[in-house]
Amino acid sequence: MLQDKDRIFTNLYGLNDPGLAGAQARGDWDGTKAIIEMGRDWIIEEMKSSGLRGRGGAGFPSGLKWSFMPKEVGDRPHYLVVNADESEPGTCKDRDILRHDPHKLVEGCLVAGFAMNAHAAYVYVRGEFYNEAASLQRAVDEAYEAKLLGPDACGSGWAFDVYVHRGAGAYICGEETALLESLEGKKGQPRLKPPFPAMSGLYGCPTTVNNVETIAVAPTILRRGADWFSSFGRENNHGTKVFCISGHVNEPCNVEEAMSIPMKELIEKHAGGIRGGWDNLLAVIPGGSSTPMLPKHICDDVLMDFDALKEHRTGLGTAGLIVMDKSTDIIKAIARLAYFYKHESCGQCTPCREGTGWMWRVLERMARGEAEISEIDMLLQVSHQIEGHTICALGDGAAWPVQGLIRHFRDEIEARIVGRKSVAVAAAE
Amino acid sequence: MSDTFEFSPENRTLAESIMAKYPAGRQASAVLALLDIAQRQNDNFASGAVIEAVATMLDMPRIRVAEVASFYTMINTEAVGKYLLQFCTTTPCWLRDSADVVDATEKHLGITFGETTEDGLFTMREVECLGACVNAPIVQINDDMYEDLTGPRMVEVLDALRAGDVPPHGPQIDRQTSAPVGGPTVLTNLDFAKS
Repeated sequence: MLQDKDRIFTNLYGLNDPGLAGAQARGDWDGTKAIIEMGRDWIIEEMKSSGLRGRGGAGFPSGLKWSFMPKEVGDRPHYLVVNADESEPGTCKDRDILRHDPHKLVEGCLVAGFAMNAHAAYVYVRGEFYNEAASLQRAVDEAYEAKLLGPDACGSGWAFDVYVHRGAGAYICGEETALLESLEGKKGQPRLKPPFPAMSGLYGCPTTVNNVETIAVAPTILRRGADWFSSFGRENNHGTKVFCISGHVNEPCNVEEAMSIPMKELIEKHAGGIRGGWDNLLAVIPGGSSTPMLPKHICDDVLMDFDALKEHRTGLGTAGLIVMDKSTDIIKAIARLAYFYKHESCGQCTPCREGTGWMWRVLERMARGEAEISEIDMLLQVSHQIEGHTICALGDGAAWPVQGLIRHFRDEIEARIVGRKSVAVAAAE
Repeated sequence: MSDTFEFSPENRTLAESIMAKYPAGRQASAVLALLDIAQRQNDNFASGAVIEAVATMLDMPRIRVAEVASFYTMINTEAVGKYLLQFCTTTPCWLRDSADVVDATEKHLGITFGETTEDGLFTMREVECLGACVNAPIVQINDDMYEDLTGPRMVEVLDALRAGDVPPHGPQIDRQTSAPVGGPTVLTNLDFAKS
């Protein structure tokens, strides 16, 4: 188990002062100038060798992403944009960072922004996080006051501004190009790529979009060293990670743990175990609603990291575990997620706009048993016709949980359809 | 009642300070913020006049502002009650019996999703994931999250609001934010020495 001395988010639960004095007592803003003086190549190399992979869901290597920004600043300024539009069902880690450890994010914006030649960062906070955005804004204000931000940030000679920007309720704005559209004052509809944001992002300028947690861990990695960070987790899956454990556990919670921790250990040590004991487990959605569920027999020994979950045809995603015990109507649980994606589809691409609603309606019928056995394969086929056929990954995210349901619980769907038919036959006789 | 709207002097100053966050010529970036400020001033309702005023302030075509207002769920293009009750019923909340919270509210207030009580105090709305899943089930009341709710506790919160009190938001059970009930399993041994 990860030791407290190796935890990055030491105020995750808000037990202490989230303000500047408290943050500095916890080690934030310590030697930031010296980090900047090491230069951008050093920062990017250190981030690469730390093995940090993006914490927003896709898991792309962060240092490599930063290196995609143009080396020299041309006639267009560079921007860092932080994705704090946390809306993936099962995920509530960035909320804790914003409200309890905001200085880690603000300091991270400076070092990451400097590394990519940006003088400004915009933090896009989901609109519902009103109090969280206020907490972040307080941290930003304190940082300006203490000259940690501004024309000579931390005395480094680098001018840097951080702006808090609130959204207004739209899951799709967590998709990076939809976020940029929204930040520009438009509907949040994803852009075609290429061009990628590193070439043409915010206002057509070179932009990197990173998740809150990704940026917030950067200063600690740079202070303690890439070797320290990469000493946690398996090869290719390094570091610590904030996990969110929700659903049918005795004590739902957020907790920072080492990557590659066994799922069972994570749930039993920190979330008080499954309601009714481990054998009462039905399935776990391991990384936010978009990741396909795993039935108990896989949960017994699966590790919580990118590669282990990928081997089981799912993913680490945001590391938001949604736990379901044996009392769960598993078809209804996925039907409700299908409704979520139907509601949140931006409507731009036909397969997603039409397909998400179609899948939801079929799943609602299946949950009642009002379907034909042959429709299960039809549903699977439709999910594959959505997946990979849309501008952004929302279509994939809508398709995967349905595929996970059919992969692991086809028997359950069939039994419900057959059960309904036999009741109907009995009633007719 | 005629629909008129004008930014108050304080809100105009606030709006201008937000517009200044964005580069010259990019003031459209402030559209969501201005809609939010304006609707707060207008009983939480982004009426036609609100949209007009925001469009004028940002030098945007009215239709572009209307398009944005209709895209985002937090911009209220229909009037709502003094307390907007937003019930998360997405799977993580549903697994923790959000239905009990919804049912109790419906019975207590005599309204359902999309409706407002006759006294104009409460509007019920179903929303998608509010991003506080380890504290499910959640209801957002105006700006604040009420967490770890049950049907009976929700009724108490509603009665308090009706009586003019605003109960503390956050977990409605004995619990520190997102830590496990009973206290954190980690971060118990920190001397906060500088790393």
